[in-house]
Amino acid sequence: MSSSNGNLLEIKDLRTYFELEEGTVKAVDGISFELKRGETLGIVGESGSGKSVTNLSIIRLIPSPPGKIVSGEIIFDGQDLLLLPESEVRKIRGRRIAMIFQDPMTSLNPFMKISGQLMEMTQLHLGYDSTRAYEHAVKMLETVGIPDARARVENYPHEFSGGMRQRVMIAMALSCEPELLIADEPTTALDVTIQAQILELIKGLKEQTGTSVILITHDLGVVAGMTDHLIVMYAGKVFEQAPTRELFAVPSNPYTKGLLRSVPDPLTEQGALYQIPGLPPDVAHLPPGCPFAPRCDRVQQICREEYPPFVQLNRDHHSLCHFAREIYNESVAERNVVPT
Amino acid sequence: MNLEPVQSSNRVAGQNVGQNGGPLLAIRDLKVHFDLGGGTTWDKLVGGSPVKRTVKAVDGVTLDIARGETLGLVGESGCGKSTLGRAILRLTEPTSGQVLYHNRDLAHLSGRELREHRRHLQIIFQDPYASLNPRMTVGQIVGEPLETFRLAQGKAAEQRVQELLETVGLSRRFIKRYPHEFSGGQRQRIGIARALAVDPDFIVADEPISALDVSIQAQIMNLLERLQRQKNLTYLFISHDLRAIRHVSDRVAVMYLGKLVEVADAATIYREPLMPYTKALISAVPVPDPEVEAKRQRIVLEGDVPSPINPPQGCRFHTRCPFAIQACKEVVPQLVEIKPKHWAACIRISREQPHIENVVPGDAPGLRESNTSHYTSY
Repeated sequence: MSSSNGNLLEIKDLRTYFELEEGTVKAVDGISFELKRGETLGIVGESGSGKSVTNLSIIRLIPSPPGKIVSGEIIFDGQDLLLLPESEVRKIRGRRIAMIFQDPMTSLNPFMKISGQLMEMTQLHLGYDSTRAYEHAVKMLETVGIPDARARVENYPHEFSGGMRQRVMIAMALSCEPELLIADEPTTALDVTIQAQILELIKGLKEQTGTSVILITHDLGVVAGMTDHLIVMYAGKVFEQAPTRELFAVPSNPYTKGLLRSVPDPLTEQGALYQIPGLPPDVAHLPPGCPFAPRCDRVQQICREEYPPFVQLNRDHHSLCHFAREIYNESVAERNVVPT
Repeated sequence: MNLEPVQSSNRVAGQNVGQNGGPLLAIRDLKVHFDLGGGTTWDKLVGGSPVKRTVKAVDGVTLDIARGETLGLVGESGCGKSTLGRAILRLTEPTSGQVLYHNRDLAHLSGRELREHRRHLQIIFQDPYASLNPRMTVGQIVGEPLETFRLAQGKAAEQRVQELLETVGLSRRFIKRYPHEFSGGQRQRIGIARALAVDPDFIVADEPISALDVSIQAQIMNLLERLQRQKNLTYLFISHDLRAIRHVSDRVAVMYLGKLVEVADAATIYREPLMPYTKALISAVPVPDPEVEAKRQRIVLEGDVPSPINPPQGCRFHTRCPFAIQACKEVVPQLVEIKPKHWAACIRISREQPHIENVVPGDAPGLRESNTSHYTSY
């Protein structure tokens, strides 16, 4: 079934714009990436960078109006989702592409028992009868590590803690054994020890089922241990794209470098923390040149005037910067000097 | 000078609190309990809770905060860290215990005296969207404390507000603007300017960066550090973000269900956590380095934090602790100075056997030692 090149998902030049009173917000502006079967892709960015809109676009959940997917292709298993009618998309959404949202408190229906919410998935998509769907719901709760699942399935969402609700969300998302799981900030609302539980759970389930995962987060620590590939987004653009290890080892974009340096590393001593100056950009009013130019510590005249090229540094590593090659070489040199 | 938490809570401590040489602030057996009702005849009649239900949000915290230091207070949601911060400033009324500052017990001051002392103790709140009055201009917000404490008026007050805005990295032109015109990071700066207006000694920073973007978090942490150096401020920095805590703190106190479980120097506690909960907490922090992440052994705790309503008996962590033994369910562990200036509350470790991995299964060396050692070194 899978397309010839082994990619489960290919995004080509996706553009999602929002028409607002103050102008057109180019929330996602020309991004492209690929995801192979069984791989995990991390998308990192600050608020307003377009990381969530990218994923809402993939499952065609952009509110329209004001939002609109202006152009691009979203090729899922050889089919362009943007060309499919809504009824076909519905068969894929939840069945073959599932999603976990940030806030487990608001993503569950407070008036429905957990059993009902879980059964809905398999009854709708797989045509299970209620007995079978119920058994499956119990099994899924066990899979995600909820103790005493047979009794808990009869509870309402408010009877679960935040971490448990996120487990229920994961159970629901994985009910139909989707090929792609999109997790949008799945642990941001949770405590650290619970975050560790959920991340381990996603990792373990991924290994069992071979599901591909897109993990959206602002936390570089979370993606470091979880992903194979990484995309760094800023102002609706992909700023850097590389295999995770490579991106951390030889960051080749000033924004990525700044981001990495501004996260305190709990294991090492360090002096003053590097700070990226200024504020995240107002996507409705971007400067003409590079969107990051006003905050960049190595900005040149050309950055303010010309939009930067998306430079290919090696087979899998790209960076959106006029000086990408130089920064790449610097990072390589730095890495050789500092023994790790 | 000794800055550690002390064991005996009943002794009258803090002879020179707030003076040179002593801690700036000494917290003694502070408790904040919230009564949720239940247990009365009426409750039994109408089908309420048959037992009295109490949330022990802060349950006997003893801690010194030294002048000029940043004490990081870390813990998961519901552990009582914010309540502790608020109780120190009497924004939440303590149930019992003392907060000693300049030889006075803030927990028992009233009226004018409390107000006089409060001037020196300020707070920065977590949510920069909710902590600024949307109908006041920045000038009014930052200037209000000056008015309250009659520190400046008219032109002088305006001058002072402009200076404060510049101190926190905002333009003095912003004085006539309203909070909605600012981003989260800028609002947090306004909150900081407001706290600084009265020249405080001590600031409780309650999750000051949690609502901000990563690049803005670094800006606010650096600002707080600069202000500390310039003005010799003392911070109680409350956060659930262990990376931020590590970065800003001199010492770190870890809280679990209303009690402190470990207190030590920041570098030490991250390098060598002793108490099992701290170990799990620190191992759970994702490190922004794939090489490190690939090799790390993570301790994943079972289950959730229990409800603070009628919390577990004995050690409150025993329900999730991989090292718990029968005695842990019965004995409430005390903070013990396991290593010099490194305090931990766990009966399964002791000064002789500080590492729980090396302790004989089933043994509780802490129980034997607590009978013989005395902690009078305050």
